[in-house]
Amino acid sequence: MRRRLNLLAEADWLAIFLFLVLIVFGWLNIYSVNYNESSTTFFTTSNRPAMQLAWIGISLVLALLIFVTDSRFFSFTAYPLYAFSLAVLLLVIIAGKEVNGSKSWIMIGPVGLQPAEFAKVTTILALARFLSGYNVKANSRKNIFFSFLIIALPPIFIMLQPDFGSTIVYGSLLIVLYREGLSGWLLLLILFMAGIFLASLVFSKFVVLLLLVLVSLLIYGVNSKNKKNTGYAIVILLAALVPSLLLQYLDFIKADSFIVLLIAVILATTTYIILALSKKLKGVVLMVVFLYAFIGFVYSVDFVFHNILQKHQRERVEIMLGLKSDPWGYEYNVNQSKIAIGSGGFTGRGFLQGPQTKLKYVPEQSTDFIFCTIGEEWGFLGSLAFVAVFIGLIIRLIIIAERQRSKFSRIYGYGVVSILFFHFAVNISMTLALFPVIGIPLPFISYGGSSLMSFTVMLFIMLKLDATRKAYLI
Amino acid sequence: MDQFAGRKYLIGAFILLIAVIIVFRLFYLQVYDSTYRLSAENNSRRVEIVYPARGLVFDRNGQLIVHNQPSYDLKIAPFELAPFDSVELCSILGIDIQTLRNGIHKVKTIDRERRNPFIKQLSPETFGRLKEQQYKFPGFYFSERTLRKYKLEIGAHLLGYVSEVDSSLIKADSYYELGDYYGASGIEKSYENYLRGEKGRRFRLIDVRGREQGAYKEGRYDTDAVRGKNITLTIDSDLQAFAEQLMQNYIGSVVAIEPSTGEILAFVSAPYYNPSLLIGRIREENFITLQKDSLEPLFNRTIMAMYPPGSTFKTVNGLIGLNEGVISPSTTFPCRMGYYAKGVSMKCHAHASPLNFVEAVQNSCNAYFAHTYKNIIDNNKYPTTEDAFNKWREYIVSFGFGNPTGIDIPSEKPGFIPKSSYYNRYYRKGYWKAHTIISNSIGQGEILTTPLQNANLAAIIANKGYYIVPHIVKNIEGIDTADLHNHDKHFVMVDSSFFKYVADGMDYAVNKPGGTALGSRLQNITICGKTGTAENPHGEDHSVFIAFAPKENPQIAISVYVEYGKWGASYAAPIASLLIEKYLTDTIAPNRKYIEQRMLTSKLTDKQ
Repeated sequence: MRRRLNLLAEADWLAIFLFLVLIVFGWLNIYSVNYNESSTTFFTTSNRPAMQLAWIGISLVLALLIFVTDSRFFSFTAYPLYAFSLAVLLLVIIAGKEVNGSKSWIMIGPVGLQPAEFAKVTTILALARFLSGYNVKANSRKNIFFSFLIIALPPIFIMLQPDFGSTIVYGSLLIVLYREGLSGWLLLLILFMAGIFLASLVFSKFVVLLLLVLVSLLIYGVNSKNKKNTGYAIVILLAALVPSLLLQYLDFIKADSFIVLLIAVILATTTYIILALSKKLKGVVLMVVFLYAFIGFVYSVDFVFHNILQKHQRERVEIMLGLKSDPWGYEYNVNQSKIAIGSGGFTGRGFLQGPQTKLKYVPEQSTDFIFCTIGEEWGFLGSLAFVAVFIGLIIRLIIIAERQRSKFSRIYGYGVVSILFFHFAVNISMTLALFPVIGIPLPFISYGGSSLMSFTVMLFIMLKLDATRKAYLI
Repeated sequence: MDQFAGRKYLIGAFILLIAVIIVFRLFYLQVYDSTYRLSAENNSRRVEIVYPARGLVFDRNGQLIVHNQPSYDLKIAPFELAPFDSVELCSILGIDIQTLRNGIHKVKTIDRERRNPFIKQLSPETFGRLKEQQYKFPGFYFSERTLRKYKLEIGAHLLGYVSEVDSSLIKADSYYELGDYYGASGIEKSYENYLRGEKGRRFRLIDVRGREQGAYKEGRYDTDAVRGKNITLTIDSDLQAFAEQLMQNYIGSVVAIEPSTGEILAFVSAPYYNPSLLIGRIREENFITLQKDSLEPLFNRTIMAMYPPGSTFKTVNGLIGLNEGVISPSTTFPCRMGYYAKGVSMKCHAHASPLNFVEAVQNSCNAYFAHTYKNIIDNNKYPTTEDAFNKWREYIVSFGFGNPTGIDIPSEKPGFIPKSSYYNRYYRKGYWKAHTIISNSIGQGEILTTPLQNANLAAIIANKGYYIVPHIVKNIEGIDTADLHNHDKHFVMVDSSFFKYVADGMDYAVNKPGGTALGSRLQNITICGKTGTAENPHGEDHSVFIAFAPKENPQIAISVYVEYGKWGASYAAPIASLLIEKYLTDTIAPNRKYIEQRMLTSKLTDKQ
């Protein structure tokens, strides 16, 4: 009994309070979406509020169970749990139930569960276990490789379902690696690649190549001590580029501007490498390799985009980037979502009062688009308060993570922070048309048992680790 | 402490930065920019479906058979209902006040936000009257559809009918939505994807109360309905109409095929019904009436009825015997008013004896083909009876029996050609031999074929050894005919040189004294025909006849079944000869008018 009392005293009640606020607020919004004035349709259309209430109950029981579990359990079982979740993901691909074109559900009786949601918890546990090993830091090549492997396996399986949204969530764990020592340059490189990916979809290859050349010149210029060498590089490039474009302009070369530029770049780099080697300049080869690697990357983006992404995902990205218009499908939904949120105004229409919500103009309004209801009925003030509570919880979790003595607990804490933050930011950004629609739920708010339970479990494992931080040094 | 602890500030700052961006965006959408608030009031959409007209159907000569007529559904938008004069509406619609109340209650429970059908397919008069008064009834709308209309009321079984989609079809095919129509049988079903066209969509702005506010984005995203593709049938509508007329008092079927192409010229299942009975509102009621009719007019006998083929099947056994070398054209067998052997007896009618192959076909001698069949099954070439039987069955299947022919009309039956395993089960393995199953020699016993398969047999004999899968659609607007059907020649396993003897026998059967169908002879055209009598345990036997004509360069192959018609020569043969005469000469010769008259006035539908 003493131990139990201590636990309660040591628990982070601020985080638990914020969690409860979110759960209650989420349920109110689900109730509102499914609320109908005419009582006849209340029972027939949906029992989602009742279902969600049951899920909340189960989640709270799970939270309690976690609190009475020995906290060493989580690090000891991290690998077996991880392996188990991979097996379940594989099972889903084979025997899952298909909903909206993706096989991501496992049916247990009448209840459907999405293993991809739970795999997030086990992946963070496994990553924390690995990185908390003796003298393991995320800055050696071997450790980075294994960390990436732990992070990448579940999304590869999830991609096969296919469930694009749940896949990219794992990318957020880069934050954990960064905190544990991943080179900032490597992070920038990854982000730069993502940027080039988008740029090569929006702009022509010519513009992207030009951009790449300029960026490599810039990096080279910043890094080289002698500014004269950068000058030489620019002069050689222009000497190759200007005549080529001129010839093309005058119709002497019948080729695409991109090809002309590519030839000019090849000429210029070859000349410059010869020149640089003779003068023993440093960093030139690295810069050229960097440049060519990205040219290759631009080509592969094309391939990924047209051969790996599904048609609806491609369309979403295209519409998001303004390359395509489709009001009936995707753009329409996002537009309706913007209208619903915008119509909330400063103070909102009030609980149960949103007509956009009532008329079901926005799809998936209990699940992925639940924020529309928040925006519409609670207005700017309500949305602001909601964002404040959510970000408050995340910042509180960072503080909790930082006060851990054990590395395992800290890394796990950052994993929770990364996943929660990514879900929050992407989900809200997509309803605000800041980001393409990828179907991921808003933690603690969206309708759905799997996501509620997995986020609750994820959070309470952290809070349990925190509550016993003084007891063990794992 | 660890060296990277400082990074927590960077991470925290990054999270706060994103939060600030989100808050700014919220402020912009909810407070700064008022357009979204305004558009919420009136910027919602409704999609209206524009239904395309189904494709038209023509006969092989370009004669229009099926087209479309407009029809109007009355719909209710529950949100827009306002008090109106219900007595007036009821009197226009011809319904009582309770029906109106129930209807309104019902549409409200389906979906309050959409226009839901209240009364489907208003009559043109009702539509006209209500259209004038529509302004008095807010919330009531019309939606235009098209229904089938039959310029020629023929070919009900081959055309099929159009019906409203049910929930299982909507689940199976995402194209369909509640309230759509689809082809439920006949070519309407098998060519549904061509005939249905493509639905169009109109995006409408509506306000929160569901009132229309104009086109969404100036109609930029509206799509037009694309009408269905027109279809040309292989059917000759004159021949079809004449065949239906001839069959009006009988139960049975007529299938006529152009042998060189496999194109079906006439396709009658009798009794038939007027296809106009199954259009629109009256369909359901008429369908039930037709379903209850004891003569089963909805049953498509041409491809679904399976009869013993009777004596027409002797041609096939003869050809197999010739090809296997167990008989030759000059082989003769005696017939003493039948075939009598140990434990077997099979009667035959009076004719000269002995007969050679051609004479046996001409006279339809049971004994001759019993001998032939015995030779086929007891052939020493094969180690066991079962092997010989399997070989025989292989031959039969190559003639298109025992399997659906693959005609482009749904629900075709395969017929039945027993396998050796069937007899093994029935008699025990090794305990049956030729005499056990001798009935197969004359097309009785266990064998069952469809009228279509028998017409195909006539086409095979006309082609001297091959057939092209029978089909009823000649071409579809904008579709390459080669993609539509398989026009390959399916060769049977019998060498083409043997067919001339069967053709001669069929020629003599119609045109030489002693022939079984002498009464159906034409003056200037050589018809080759074979009579048959399909045993009927429920009453008088069925009259069967297959034929093709002219003998040289055949233009038409035909099979006619008349149930309860007893002999092939009594009904089936005269009807076939009239149809051949009509098709090849466009008229019935004066000296044969009496046959036409007799066929038109006799009646066998009460024999059942």
